[in-house]
Amino acid sequence: MTPTPAPSARTWRFLPAASTYIALSIAAFVSLFPFVWMLISATNTSIDIIKGKTSFGDAFSTNVTNFFTLVDVPLVFWNSAKVAILTTLLTIAVSSLAGYGFEMFRSKMRDHIYSLVLLTLMVPFAALMIPLFMMMGRAGLINTHVAILLPTIASAFIIFYFRQSTKAFPTELRDAAKVDGLKEWQIFLYIYVPVMRSTFAAAFVIVFMTSWNNYLWPLIVLQSNETKTITLVVSSLASAYYPDFGVVMIGTILATLPTLLVFFIMQRQFVAGMLGSVK
Amino acid sequence: MALAKTGGLKRYYDVNGWLFIAPALTLIGIFLIYPIFRSLFLSFYSGKGMMLKFAGFGNVTRLSNDPVFLKALANTTTFFVVQVPIMIVLALILASLLNTDRLKFSGFFRTAIFLPCVASLVAYSVLFKSMFSVDGVINQALMAVGLIGTPIGWLTEPFWAKVLVILAITWRWTGYNMIFYLAALQNIDKSIYEAARIDGVPAWARFVHLTIPMLKPVILFTTIISTIGTIQLFDEVYNLTEGKGGPADATITLSLYIYNLTFRFMPSFGYAATISYVIVVMVAVLSFLQFYAARDRS
Repeated sequence: MTPTPAPSARTWRFLPAASTYIALSIAAFVSLFPFVWMLISATNTSIDIIKGKTSFGDAFSTNVTNFFTLVDVPLVFWNSAKVAILTTLLTIAVSSLAGYGFEMFRSKMRDHIYSLVLLTLMVPFAALMIPLFMMMGRAGLINTHVAILLPTIASAFIIFYFRQSTKAFPTELRDAAKVDGLKEWQIFLYIYVPVMRSTFAAAFVIVFMTSWNNYLWPLIVLQSNETKTITLVVSSLASAYYPDFGVVMIGTILATLPTLLVFFIMQRQFVAGMLGSVK
Repeated sequence: MALAKTGGLKRYYDVNGWLFIAPALTLIGIFLIYPIFRSLFLSFYSGKGMMLKFAGFGNVTRLSNDPVFLKALANTTTFFVVQVPIMIVLALILASLLNTDRLKFSGFFRTAIFLPCVASLVAYSVLFKSMFSVDGVINQALMAVGLIGTPIGWLTEPFWAKVLVILAITWRWTGYNMIFYLAALQNIDKSIYEAARIDGVPAWARFVHLTIPMLKPVILFTTIISTIGTIQLFDEVYNLTEGKGGPADATITLSLYIYNLTFRFMPSFGYAATISYVIVVMVAVLSFLQFYAARDRS
């Protein structure tokens, strides 16, 4: 489309182009380096890691063995997976119903309530954790995974995301289904869910990552080794007086791997979900 | 049909409308609305553990005489005042670079710069802690290129510990913000840039006078989100400093102080709740100010 630039113009434009590539390469290097560092360090001893050794060593199997001796890996992984998957499924169920409800059944009252729900996006968790901890204590739920789930299921952010996406749901489909005599919950389950599957996929990725990486609330509520999640285990290994960084690296790899996998498999949905909040 | 009758359709809509949002509203009511008012109520009480007695505004007076609180407030403020603008500008620059026409490897660059925000906050804090040790890889690299003569005590000197926290958050969140700008940039009509280029407007001027004004809504949104996030900073500081916010409280944040007051020592629920309301007020005021500032200029 654009005419081939004259040689002088080409050389003039070469410099900015080169600096673009240099700047982006530096940014990419800085972004990727800690991940590479994690992989290299997993093969080194703690002393080598602290001394900044940047080549692969031969301590990988020792680190893995030590990690598996210190940590009940299957249990910790099961705890993390259980909490993350249950949180994700429940959050999506509750939020998609609410998003559908707020968008499909508009009323003045519900619009006011919706604004109130959005306002809760600004409530900092620090202002909730003390009463929540006291509530869980009274209910006898301290040190249980239910205590992690309950306060995280209703997410104003995901409700917002579902409501925004529902605006694109073709109302003719709903009208046709109504003529066919489908009840509202049947329309939701058999028409809305399949039609909106990309929205559901994006919400899945976002909620799963947030939940898998969740730290502060589990730190408060989960107090015994039997209930701890992988993030808590990594954190406590690293905050020892003399942490064994080789062992810690195995932990960070295991903690990061599932989210990396989900990201690479569902990158498109992840970005779509993230951006869904500004559209 | 019942629905056709006046009022019938309205009632049908009303019942269904309430049913669909009922689970979410119940949960929000119990686990969000109730606790936020309970915190406010608690902030008027003082005492250790469950032995609480009414103290009026006693906790507020205590705040002004508490050196650790004042330090936490100053640190938290420093973190968002310094970090958020750096990150937003960096993310804007990277997004416009990535938006260059016919850029090669743009997919690789985009994914690479975005990847940090997939890492868990705990995992990357731990990685940074190992990279920034005194004899660690960062100090060695800086010494090798001659930027510093002696190793920096990233985790032991108050000033550098703050710098480390800012570097860490910037690493984790720049790519996240960049993706928002990139999406917004791709919706902008390219011909505007083409016209500006033909008129001889230099690249930096196109960035300042075209890109930034057109991205204003997104910049506002990400600034508010980032500010709210940074005011609540906890995971990074806790994991970089073994939960202490050290050295000498140099990196302690309001959230970390609340945690320590409540869960590390004999709990002071009332006083900690008062500090949590300082965060509530900060978030509310700053969001309002940022919103107001952006409205005013347009």
